[in-house]
Amino acid sequence: MNPKVAFFEFTSCEGCQLTVLDTLQRHPELLEVIEIVQFREAMTERSDDYRIAFIEGSCTRPSDEAKIREIRKQAQIVIAVGACAHLGGINAIRNRMPLDDVREYVYGEKKDWFETYPARPLSAVIKVDAVIPGCPIDRDEFVMAVTHLLQGRMPAIPDYPLCIECKLTENVCMFLRGQTCLGPITRAGCDAICPSCGQGCEGCRGLIPSPNLGAIKEALRERGMTEEQIDARLSLFLTYQTMQMEGVTPA
Amino acid sequence: MSTLKVDVHHVTRVEGHGNIVVDVENGELTQCDLQIVETPRFFEAMLRGRAYDEASHITSRICGICAVGHATASLRATEQALGVTPSLQTTLLRKLNFHGEILDSHVLHIYMLVAPDYLGLGSVIPLAKSAPDIVLRALRMKQLAGDLCATLCGRHTHPISMTVGGFTQFPKPAELRALRERLVASRADCDATIQLLQGLEFPAFERDTEYVALHRDDEYCFIDGSIASSDGGIRPLAEYREVTNETIVAHSSAKHTRHRRESYMVGALARFNINYDRLHPRAQAAAEALGLRPKTINPYLNAAAQAVEVVHCTEDAILLIDQLLDQGIKPEAPAAPTRMSGEGVGAADVPRGTLFHHYWIEGGTIVGANCIIPTGQNLANIELDMRALVPGILDRTQQEITLALEMLVRAYDPCISCSTHMLDVKFVKAVGAR
Repeated sequence: MNPKVAFFEFTSCEGCQLTVLDTLQRHPELLEVIEIVQFREAMTERSDDYRIAFIEGSCTRPSDEAKIREIRKQAQIVIAVGACAHLGGINAIRNRMPLDDVREYVYGEKKDWFETYPARPLSAVIKVDAVIPGCPIDRDEFVMAVTHLLQGRMPAIPDYPLCIECKLTENVCMFLRGQTCLGPITRAGCDAICPSCGQGCEGCRGLIPSPNLGAIKEALRERGMTEEQIDARLSLFLTYQTMQMEGVTPA
Repeated sequence: MSTLKVDVHHVTRVEGHGNIVVDVENGELTQCDLQIVETPRFFEAMLRGRAYDEASHITSRICGICAVGHATASLRATEQALGVTPSLQTTLLRKLNFHGEILDSHVLHIYMLVAPDYLGLGSVIPLAKSAPDIVLRALRMKQLAGDLCATLCGRHTHPISMTVGGFTQFPKPAELRALRERLVASRADCDATIQLLQGLEFPAFERDTEYVALHRDDEYCFIDGSIASSDGGIRPLAEYREVTNETIVAHSSAKHTRHRRESYMVGALARFNINYDRLHPRAQAAAEALGLRPKTINPYLNAAAQAVEVVHCTEDAILLIDQLLDQGIKPEAPAAPTRMSGEGVGAADVPRGTLFHHYWIEGGTIVGANCIIPTGQNLANIELDMRALVPGILDRTQQEITLALEMLVRAYDPCISCSTHMLDVKFVKAVGAR
């Protein structure tokens, strides 16, 4: 029997689920080997009987925690999909700002109408079995993840830095082009898509194990970036991870 | 049915989380809300303190469907603020890229989100077996749109190489020629899309409202231009607040917008009604075939207007490629800012309607931001449609009424996760109580 699969989303742009939808259309054979029982964005039918849960988005309010735990209870395997679920993603940029100020700036005197707290990756709420990193996720990596799951193993992701893929792509290093890049500390797996398009890596796939943050900061300084600019660059996708490494808990 | 309770917890096949709550007691409509229960996103607050050239990368993450639209409006706001004048080549490449996004989003909406309603299905997935030609066609059209964006900006979801003043990579002439060939071949798929819509029975519901869209004299406008209303009047982009007038209405908790009437509509149907004369002749012929003329006031026909735009964007993309090939693609450095402080409004008519980004920049750092998203502008209009629709269909079953309301909401192609960062939400019923 094909494994029953469900998709869920919390705070996100739903771009990863759209990528999944796109991937399913390009690879209709996937629909022959899994049974999708819940996917709000794409279908009306809905069942809570599933074995594998793919979750997009970060947890940004206490009431989401209960729903996330409910999914964990039902699913045998939980996969975090995309940078929001994996890292807290772009939502965590505000974790470095006073929460009250952030709420007031957008909602003014109605700020208390909204339930919110600092953005968290899924792994801060429940045990996550595997991640598909990226903002958005890579199609091929999603196909690979499903393939691995069907073979009875957890999806594996690279643990080496982006620079290796960038070299294999035969790009000229962004630093040699007079620009900056987070490739040396960022997990590979996207085929260095941003440097290949003329932009430095923004770190959306998260840090490699044991990243040398001191060295990358030094390299960015040598390129003329100020401490504020370096902080901004590192906090685009890596706020939650770097705050954790610094031992800072968001308010 | 003199008493009716509709409670759709999370409307499906839309982007983001919204609920429909309708209450009819003894024939009287006591509640009729489209509740937005998505989490707040706080993008405007997160932009503060960021370098000006990060804004388009951050704001493209507001939305997974219209990321190119957000990036485009964001870049235009930054360029207005810093006195940047992009080259003709940049302008052409952006227009072409934008067509890729309109095509991708409209095909997704028409085939995957709307069509299942009319074919009596819960999703497009079973169609892959029962009507593979339809699914394969949608797939082919989406793939072409995606490849167009990937060629120009690296990928569709969260574009990479669009930057303030220009691009950081450029398509090769051979790539553009290959895309052109596929666009020409896609005319058959466009025709088949129009035929598919000709065969659907759209509900005969009409309600006159105000339509608002970007407008230019010389083209069917998607980027820049002025703000035009079907009730008359054209305003410069800088006066967008005079159009959006965000207000809080007693019957609804969501912050609504209103211009000359109680509500207005943005999106494909609004653009069609306002800019019909500037559509490509093939698109006008497609509208003719669908019996669509300005002004069309049936909101369900938004999908038909999207199909007309699919034809238009396909044709215009071919013309843009010809123009780009004619003048030759030159790798060029982005146009530079002429000042590092200023205020600017950028606008784009994205798949779901008019999108505004407004930035305040000091010394190259963003110090303030405001974004007004199309779905937020449509909410009041959707609710007024629901209020007008329900009394006329009370003789139907609860299931039929619910479906009619869901289809109405879906017709607007709402993008709730985009719009929530500027909405006021009151939780009428505890979320998750059911």
